Amino acid sequence: MEILTFEFPASGPKGKRAHVGVVGSGDLEILMEPADGNRTKVKIQTSVAGFGPTWKAVLERFLQNYPAASNIEINDFGATPGTAALRLRQAVEVSKS
Amino acid sequence: MMNIPPLSKDVLALSMRRSYVELNARARAKELLDPGTFREILGPFDRVMSPWLPMQGIVPQSDDGCVVAKGTIDSQPAVVIAMEGKFQGGSIGEVCGMKMAEAFRLARIDNEKGIPTRAVLSLESGGVRLQEANMGELVIAEIYSEMVALRKHTPLIVVIAGPTGCFGGMSLAAGLASYVVMTQQARLSMNGPEVIEQEAGAAEFPSGDKPFVWSVNGGAQRAATGFADLLVEDDAAEIAKAVRSLFSKGHPAKLRTDKYELFIKRLSAMDWSRQWTSEDIRKVWKEVAE
Repeated sequence: MEILTFEFPASGPKGKRAHVGVVGSGDLEILMEPADGNRTKVKIQTSVAGFGPTWKAVLERFLQNYPAASNIEINDFGATPGTAALRLRQAVEVSKS
Repeated sequence: MMNIPPLSKDVLALSMRRSYVELNARARAKELLDPGTFREILGPFDRVMSPWLPMQGIVPQSDDGCVVAKGTIDSQPAVVIAMEGKFQGGSIGEVCGMKMAEAFRLARIDNEKGIPTRAVLSLESGGVRLQEANMGELVIAEIYSEMVALRKHTPLIVVIAGPTGCFGGMSLAAGLASYVVMTQQARLSMNGPEVIEQEAGAAEFPSGDKPFVWSVNGGAQRAATGFADLLVEDDAAEIAKAVRSLFSKGHPAKLRTDKYELFIKRLSAMDWSRQWTSEDIRKVWKEVAE
Protein backbone atom coordinates (compact mmCIF):
# COMPACT_ATOMS: atom_id res chain seq x y z
CA MET A 1 0.00 0.00 0.00
CA GLU A 2 1.16 3.54 -0.74
CA ILE A 3 -0.17 6.88 0.48
CA LEU A 4 0.17 9.79 -1.95
CA THR A 5 -0.69 13.44 -1.38
CA PHE A 6 -1.01 16.20 -3.96
CA GLU A 7 -1.90 19.87 -3.88
CA PHE A 8 -3.00 22.01 -6.80
CA PRO A 9 -4.06 25.64 -7.22
CA ALA A 10 -7.86 25.94 -7.57
CA SER A 11 -10.66 28.41 -8.27
CA GLY A 12 -14.21 28.16 -9.46
CA PRO A 13 -17.72 27.43 -8.18
CA LYS A 14 -18.11 24.78 -5.53
CA GLY A 15 -20.54 21.89 -5.49
CA LYS A 16 -21.88 19.73 -2.68
CA ARG A 17 -19.88 16.92 -1.17
CA ALA A 18 -19.98 13.64 -3.06
CA HIS A 19 -19.20 9.98 -2.43
CA VAL A 20 -18.84 7.50 -5.27
CA GLY A 21 -17.34 4.08 -5.94
CA VAL A 22 -16.26 1.09 -3.92
CA VAL A 23 -12.91 -0.25 -2.69
CA GLY A 24 -13.34 -3.41 -4.77
CA SER A 25 -11.14 -5.17 -7.29
CA GLY A 26 -10.16 -2.77 -10.10
CA ASP A 27 -12.22 0.03 -8.60
CA LEU A 28 -11.86 2.88 -6.11
CA GLU A 29 -13.82 5.09 -3.76
CA ILE A 30 -13.82 8.91 -3.86
CA LEU A 31 -14.87 11.31 -1.13
CA MET A 32 -14.99 14.85 -2.51
CA GLU A 33 -15.80 17.87 -0.36
CA PRO A 34 -15.74 21.58 -1.18
CA ALA A 35 -12.78 23.30 0.51
CA ASP A 36 -12.16 26.85 1.69
CA GLY A 37 -9.42 28.86 0.01
CA ASN A 38 -7.94 28.28 -3.42
CA ARG A 39 -6.22 24.89 -3.17
CA THR A 40 -7.36 21.39 -4.06
CA LYS A 41 -5.82 18.77 -1.80
CA VAL A 42 -5.81 15.12 -2.78
CA LYS A 43 -4.95 12.15 -0.57
CA ILE A 44 -4.72 8.73 -2.17
CA GLN A 45 -4.40 5.38 -0.45
CA THR A 46 -3.64 2.83 -3.13
CA SER A 47 -3.03 -0.91 -3.07
CA VAL A 48 -0.62 -0.58 -6.01
CA ALA A 49 2.65 1.21 -5.17
CA GLY A 50 4.80 3.11 -7.68
CA PHE A 51 2.18 4.95 -9.74
CA GLY A 52 2.64 8.47 -8.31
CA PRO A 53 3.38 10.12 -11.68
CA THR A 54 0.36 8.41 -13.31
CA TRP A 55 -1.93 9.66 -10.52
CA LYS A 56 -0.52 13.17 -10.89
CA ALA A 57 -1.24 13.14 -14.64
CA VAL A 58 -4.81 11.84 -14.13
CA LEU A 59 -5.50 14.50 -11.49
CA GLU A 60 -4.01 17.36 -13.53
CA ARG A 61 -6.15 16.43 -16.50
CA PHE A 62 -9.24 16.21 -14.26
CA LEU A 63 -8.57 19.57 -12.57
CA GLN A 64 -8.33 21.35 -15.93
CA ASN A 65 -12.06 20.67 -16.26
CA TYR A 66 -12.96 20.94 -12.60
CA PRO A 67 -11.02 23.75 -10.98
CA ALA A 68 -13.17 24.12 -7.80
CA ALA A 69 -11.24 24.05 -4.50
CA SER A 70 -11.88 20.64 -2.94
CA ASN A 71 -10.57 18.08 -0.55
CA ILE A 72 -10.46 14.77 -2.37
CA GLU A 73 -9.81 11.44 -0.71
CA ILE A 74 -9.31 8.36 -2.85
CA ASN A 75 -9.21 4.79 -1.59
CA ASP A 76 -7.94 2.77 -4.52
CA PHE A 77 -8.02 -0.99 -5.05
CA GLY A 78 -6.17 -1.22 -8.35
CA ALA A 79 -8.31 0.97 -10.62
CA THR A 80 -6.87 1.76 -14.05
CA PRO A 81 -6.27 5.45 -14.93
CA GLY A 82 -9.40 5.29 -17.10
CA THR A 83 -11.56 4.04 -14.25
CA ALA A 84 -10.06 6.67 -11.92
CA ALA A 85 -10.86 9.45 -14.43
CA LEU A 86 -14.45 8.22 -14.85
CA ARG A 87 -15.00 7.99 -11.10
CA LEU A 88 -13.66 11.55 -10.67
CA ARG A 89 -16.12 12.82 -13.28
CA GLN A 90 -18.91 10.86 -11.62
CA ALA A 91 -18.04 12.54 -8.30
CA VAL A 92 -18.41 15.95 -9.98
CA GLU A 93 -21.80 14.97 -11.38
CA VAL A 94 -22.99 13.83 -7.96
CA SER A 95 -21.68 17.05 -6.39
CA LYS A 96 -23.80 19.07 -8.84
CA SER A 97 -27.00 17.04 -8.38
CA MET B 1 -41.76 -1.74 -44.42
CA MET B 2 -40.28 -4.03 -41.85
CA ASN B 3 -42.66 -6.12 -39.84
CA ILE B 4 -41.58 -6.22 -36.20
CA PRO B 5 -43.34 -8.97 -34.26
CA PRO B 6 -44.76 -7.88 -30.89
CA LEU B 7 -42.58 -8.76 -27.89
CA SER B 8 -43.79 -11.63 -25.76
CA LYS B 9 -45.01 -11.00 -22.22
CA ASP B 10 -41.91 -12.68 -20.80
CA VAL B 11 -39.55 -10.42 -22.73
CA LEU B 12 -41.52 -7.32 -21.70
CA ALA B 13 -41.49 -8.41 -18.06
CA LEU B 14 -37.75 -9.00 -18.26
CA SER B 15 -37.11 -5.58 -19.77
CA MET B 16 -39.07 -3.92 -16.96
CA ARG B 17 -37.01 -5.63 -14.30
CA ARG B 18 -34.40 -3.69 -12.33
CA SER B 19 -31.69 -5.88 -10.82
CA TYR B 20 -31.15 -5.82 -7.05
CA VAL B 21 -27.99 -7.95 -7.34
CA GLU B 22 -26.29 -5.22 -9.38
CA LEU B 23 -27.04 -2.46 -6.85
CA ASN B 24 -24.43 -1.44 -4.30
CA ALA B 25 -25.18 -1.63 -0.58
CA ARG B 26 -26.34 2.00 -0.31
CA ALA B 27 -28.70 1.70 -3.27
CA ARG B 28 -30.09 -1.55 -1.86
CA ALA B 29 -30.90 0.11 1.46
CA LYS B 30 -32.68 2.92 -0.44
CA GLU B 31 -34.72 0.35 -2.39
CA LEU B 32 -35.91 -1.42 0.76
CA LEU B 33 -37.01 1.78 2.54
CA ASP B 34 -40.01 3.89 1.57
CA PRO B 35 -39.00 6.36 -1.18
CA GLY B 36 -37.30 9.50 0.14
CA THR B 37 -36.95 8.26 3.73
CA PHE B 38 -33.35 6.95 3.53
CA ARG B 39 -31.12 8.57 6.17
CA GLU B 40 -27.66 7.09 6.61
CA ILE B 41 -26.04 6.73 10.02
CA LEU B 42 -22.22 6.75 10.19
CA GLY B 43 -21.91 7.34 6.46
CA PRO B 44 -18.73 7.67 4.39
CA PHE B 45 -17.99 11.25 5.51
CA ASP B 46 -18.01 10.22 9.18
CA ARG B 47 -14.95 8.16 8.26
CA VAL B 48 -15.47 5.45 10.87
CA MET B 49 -13.19 2.93 9.18
CA SER B 50 -11.10 -0.07 10.06
CA PRO B 51 -7.86 0.97 11.81
CA TRP B 52 -6.54 -2.57 11.37
CA LEU B 53 -6.50 -2.93 7.58
CA PRO B 54 -3.96 -0.13 6.82
CA MET B 55 -1.63 -1.62 9.47
CA GLN B 56 -1.59 -4.75 7.30
CA GLY B 57 -1.12 -2.83 4.07
CA ILE B 58 -4.75 -3.11 2.96
CA VAL B 59 -6.75 -0.11 1.71
CA PRO B 60 -9.79 0.54 3.94
CA GLN B 61 -13.22 1.86 2.88
CA SER B 62 -14.89 4.94 4.38
CA ASP B 63 -17.96 3.00 5.59
CA ASP B 64 -16.09 -0.27 6.26
CA GLY B 65 -18.43 -2.01 3.85
CA CYS B 66 -21.56 -1.61 5.96
CA VAL B 67 -24.40 0.84 5.29
CA VAL B 68 -26.75 1.55 8.20
CA ALA B 69 -29.88 3.50 7.28
CA LYS B 70 -32.98 4.65 9.12
CA GLY B 71 -36.24 5.39 7.37
CA THR B 72 -39.67 3.86 7.11
CA ILE B 73 -41.09 0.66 5.60
CA ASP B 74 -44.83 0.93 4.90
CA SER B 75 -44.72 4.12 7.01
CA GLN B 76 -43.33 2.27 10.07
CA PRO B 77 -39.92 3.27 11.45
CA ALA B 78 -37.28 0.88 10.17
CA VAL B 79 -33.56 0.23 10.17
CA VAL B 80 -31.91 -1.33 7.13
CA ILE B 81 -28.37 -2.64 7.25
CA ALA B 82 -26.71 -3.56 3.95
CA MET B 83 -23.32 -5.21 3.49
CA GLU B 84 -21.19 -4.34 0.45
CA GLY B 85 -19.92 -7.59 -1.03
CA LYS B 86 -17.31 -5.95 -3.25
CA PHE B 87 -15.27 -4.55 -0.36
CA GLN B 88 -13.21 -7.34 1.23
CA GLY B 89 -15.86 -9.90 0.27
CA GLY B 90 -18.40 -8.34 2.63
CA SER B 91 -16.33 -9.63 5.52
CA ILE B 92 -17.20 -8.68 9.08
CA GLY B 93 -14.50 -6.62 10.78
CA GLU B 94 -14.63 -4.80 14.08
CA VAL B 95 -16.07 -1.54 12.73
CA CYS B 96 -18.71 -2.79 10.28
CA GLY B 97 -19.74 -5.56 12.68
CA MET B 98 -20.16 -3.08 15.52
CA LYS B 99 -22.20 -0.75 13.28
CA MET B 100 -24.52 -3.71 12.64
CA ALA B 101 -24.74 -4.84 16.28
CA GLU B 102 -25.36 -1.28 17.54
CA ALA B 103 -28.03 -0.66 14.91
CA PHE B 104 -29.87 -3.79 16.10
CA ARG B 105 -29.42 -2.71 19.74
CA LEU B 106 -30.82 0.78 19.11
CA ALA B 107 -33.75 -0.70 17.16
CA ARG B 108 -34.49 -2.99 20.12
CA ILE B 109 -34.37 -0.04 22.55
CA ASP B 110 -36.76 1.91 20.30
CA ASN B 111 -39.12 -1.08 20.30
CA GLU B 112 -38.92 -1.32 24.09
CA LYS B 113 -39.72 2.41 24.35
CA GLY B 114 -42.89 1.83 22.36
CA ILE B 115 -41.60 2.95 18.95
CA PRO B 116 -42.19 -0.17 16.83
CA THR B 117 -39.11 -0.35 14.59
CA ARG B 118 -38.64 -2.86 11.79
CA ALA B 119 -35.30 -4.38 10.84
CA VAL B 120 -33.88 -5.70 7.57
CA LEU B 121 -30.38 -7.05 6.99
CA SER B 122 -29.21 -7.29 3.38
CA LEU B 123 -26.28 -9.70 3.39
CA GLU B 124 -23.37 -10.20 1.03
CA SER B 125 -20.71 -11.71 3.21
CA GLY B 126 -17.98 -14.30 3.25
CA GLY B 127 -18.07 -14.25 7.06
CA VAL B 128 -15.54 -12.94 9.54
CA ARG B 129 -12.72 -10.70 8.23
CA LEU B 130 -9.63 -12.84 8.75
CA GLN B 131 -7.36 -9.78 9.13
CA GLU B 132 -9.37 -8.76 12.21
CA ALA B 133 -9.89 -12.32 13.39
CA ASN B 134 -10.62 -12.21 17.11
CA MET B 135 -12.31 -8.81 17.09
CA GLY B 136 -14.39 -9.91 14.13
CA GLU B 137 -15.48 -13.08 15.94
CA LEU B 138 -16.32 -11.11 19.09
CA VAL B 139 -18.42 -8.62 17.21
CA ILE B 140 -20.23 -11.42 15.36
CA ALA B 141 -21.18 -12.82 18.77
CA GLU B 142 -22.58 -9.35 19.62
CA ILE B 143 -24.55 -9.37 16.37
CA TYR B 144 -26.10 -12.76 17.23
CA SER B 145 -27.16 -11.73 20.71
CA GLU B 146 -28.65 -8.45 19.46
CA MET B 147 -30.53 -10.31 16.71
CA VAL B 148 -32.00 -12.74 19.23
CA ALA B 149 -33.07 -9.84 21.46
CA LEU B 150 -34.52 -7.78 18.60
CA ARG B 151 -36.51 -10.53 16.86
CA LYS B 152 -38.81 -10.79 19.91
CA HIS B 153 -40.11 -7.30 19.11
CA THR B 154 -40.24 -7.26 15.33
CA PRO B 155 -39.81 -9.72 12.50
CA LEU B 156 -36.14 -9.49 11.51
CA ILE B 157 -35.74 -10.10 7.79
CA VAL B 158 -32.54 -11.18 6.07
CA VAL B 159 -32.21 -10.67 2.31
CA ILE B 160 -29.51 -12.63 0.45
CA ALA B 161 -29.28 -11.59 -3.18
CA GLY B 162 -25.84 -12.48 -4.55
CA PRO B 163 -23.41 -12.61 -6.18
CA THR B 164 -21.18 -12.94 -3.07
CA GLY B 165 -23.73 -14.92 -1.07
CA CYS B 166 -23.76 -15.53 2.64
CA PHE B 167 -21.16 -17.72 4.33
CA GLY B 168 -19.41 -18.42 7.59
CA GLY B 169 -20.55 -16.49 10.64
CA MET B 170 -23.12 -14.55 8.64
CA SER B 171 -24.83 -17.78 7.51
CA LEU B 172 -25.57 -18.39 11.18
CA ALA B 173 -26.90 -14.82 11.41
CA ALA B 174 -29.26 -15.67 8.54
CA GLY B 175 -30.35 -18.72 10.54
CA LEU B 176 -31.30 -16.41 13.42
CA ALA B 177 -33.57 -14.24 11.27
CA SER B 178 -37.36 -14.45 11.48
CA TYR B 179 -37.47 -14.74 7.70
CA VAL B 180 -34.87 -15.25 4.96
CA VAL B 181 -35.49 -13.98 1.41
CA MET B 182 -33.23 -15.33 -1.35
CA THR B 183 -32.79 -15.01 -5.10
CA GLN B 184 -31.74 -17.92 -7.33
CA GLN B 185 -28.34 -16.25 -7.74
CA ALA B 186 -27.70 -16.18 -3.98
CA ARG B 187 -25.91 -18.85 -1.99
CA LEU B 188 -26.19 -19.66 1.69
CA SER B 189 -23.79 -22.03 3.43
CA MET B 190 -21.57 -22.32 6.48
CA ASN B 191 -18.37 -23.23 4.58
CA GLY B 192 -17.70 -21.75 1.17
CA PRO B 193 -17.26 -24.13 -1.79
CA GLU B 194 -13.50 -23.47 -2.08
CA VAL B 195 -13.02 -24.14 1.63
CA ILE B 196 -14.82 -27.49 1.46
CA GLU B 197 -12.85 -28.51 -1.62
CA GLN B 198 -9.59 -27.59 0.07
CA GLU B 199 -10.45 -29.55 3.21
CA ALA B 200 -12.24 -32.58 1.74
CA GLY B 201 -11.04 -32.79 -1.86
CA ALA B 202 -12.55 -32.10 -5.26
CA ALA B 203 -14.30 -35.50 -5.31
CA GLU B 204 -16.32 -34.43 -2.26
CA PHE B 205 -17.08 -30.88 -3.40
CA PRO B 206 -15.94 -29.62 -6.83
CA SER B 207 -16.04 -25.86 -6.21
CA GLY B 208 -15.56 -25.06 -9.92
CA ASP B 209 -18.74 -26.95 -10.88
CA LYS B 210 -21.21 -24.09 -10.68
CA PRO B 211 -24.45 -26.10 -11.27
CA PHE B 212 -23.33 -28.49 -8.53
CA VAL B 213 -22.46 -25.69 -6.09
CA TRP B 214 -25.80 -23.94 -6.67
CA SER B 215 -27.69 -27.25 -6.39
CA VAL B 216 -26.31 -27.55 -2.85
CA ASN B 217 -26.34 -24.01 -1.50
CA GLY B 218 -28.20 -21.91 -4.09
CA GLY B 219 -31.39 -20.02 -3.34
CA ALA B 220 -33.74 -22.56 -4.99
CA GLN B 221 -32.40 -25.47 -2.93
CA ARG B 222 -32.34 -23.41 0.27
CA ALA B 223 -35.96 -22.36 -0.24
CA ALA B 224 -37.01 -25.97 -1.06
CA THR B 225 -35.40 -27.23 2.15
CA GLY B 226 -36.71 -24.55 4.48
CA PHE B 227 -33.51 -22.57 5.06
CA ALA B 228 -35.07 -19.67 3.18
CA ASP B 229 -38.71 -18.64 3.37
CA LEU B 230 -39.13 -16.86 0.04
CA LEU B 231 -37.45 -17.35 -3.33
CA VAL B 232 -37.72 -14.17 -5.40
CA GLU B 233 -36.61 -12.93 -8.81
CA ASP B 234 -33.63 -10.59 -8.95
CA ASP B 235 -35.88 -7.54 -9.11
CA ALA B 236 -35.52 -4.58 -6.75
CA ALA B 237 -39.25 -3.85 -6.63
CA GLU B 238 -40.14 -7.51 -6.08
CA ILE B 239 -37.64 -7.85 -3.23
CA ALA B 240 -38.95 -4.67 -1.56
CA LYS B 241 -42.48 -6.07 -1.93
CA ALA B 242 -41.46 -9.46 -0.49
CA VAL B 243 -39.98 -7.74 2.57
CA ARG B 244 -43.19 -5.75 3.09
CA SER B 245 -45.37 -8.85 2.75
CA LEU B 246 -43.33 -10.64 5.42
CA PHE B 247 -43.60 -7.68 7.81
CA SER B 248 -47.37 -7.64 7.38
CA LYS B 249 -47.43 -11.39 8.14
CA GLY B 250 -45.92 -10.66 11.55
CA HIS B 251 -43.83 -13.09 13.56
CA PRO B 252 -43.37 -16.62 12.14
CA ALA B 253 -45.33 -19.40 13.86
CA LYS B 254 -42.03 -20.96 14.88
CA LEU B 255 -38.50 -19.58 14.51
CA ARG B 256 -36.03 -21.68 12.55
CA THR B 257 -33.75 -21.87 15.59
CA ASP B 258 -36.60 -23.42 17.60
CA LYS B 259 -36.96 -26.22 15.04
CA TYR B 260 -33.63 -27.87 15.90
CA GLU B 261 -35.28 -31.18 16.87
CA LEU B 262 -36.82 -31.43 13.43
CA PHE B 263 -33.46 -30.76 11.75
CA ILE B 264 -31.74 -33.41 13.92
CA LYS B 265 -34.49 -35.91 12.99
CA ARG B 266 -33.98 -35.14 9.30
CA LEU B 267 -30.21 -35.49 9.51
CA SER B 268 -30.50 -38.86 11.28
CA ALA B 269 -32.85 -40.09 8.52
CA MET B 270 -30.12 -39.56 5.88
CA ASP B 271 -28.16 -42.50 4.53
CA TRP B 272 -24.59 -41.62 5.49
CA SER B 273 -22.98 -44.50 3.56
CA ARG B 274 -23.16 -42.67 0.21
CA GLN B 275 -22.82 -39.21 -1.30
CA TRP B 276 -26.06 -37.20 -1.02
CA THR B 277 -27.52 -35.29 -3.88
CA SER B 278 -29.66 -32.19 -3.52
CA GLU B 279 -32.69 -34.34 -4.53
CA ASP B 280 -31.96 -36.77 -1.66
CA ILE B 281 -32.01 -33.88 0.77
CA ARG B 282 -35.28 -32.50 -0.60
CA LYS B 283 -36.80 -36.02 -0.36
CA VAL B 284 -35.78 -36.64 3.25
CA TRP B 285 -36.81 -33.11 4.22
CA LYS B 286 -40.27 -33.84 2.81
CA GLU B 287 -40.55 -37.29 4.41
CA VAL B 288 -39.57 -36.06 7.84
CA ALA B 289 -42.04 -33.18 7.86
CA GLU B 290 -42.79 -30.69 10.60
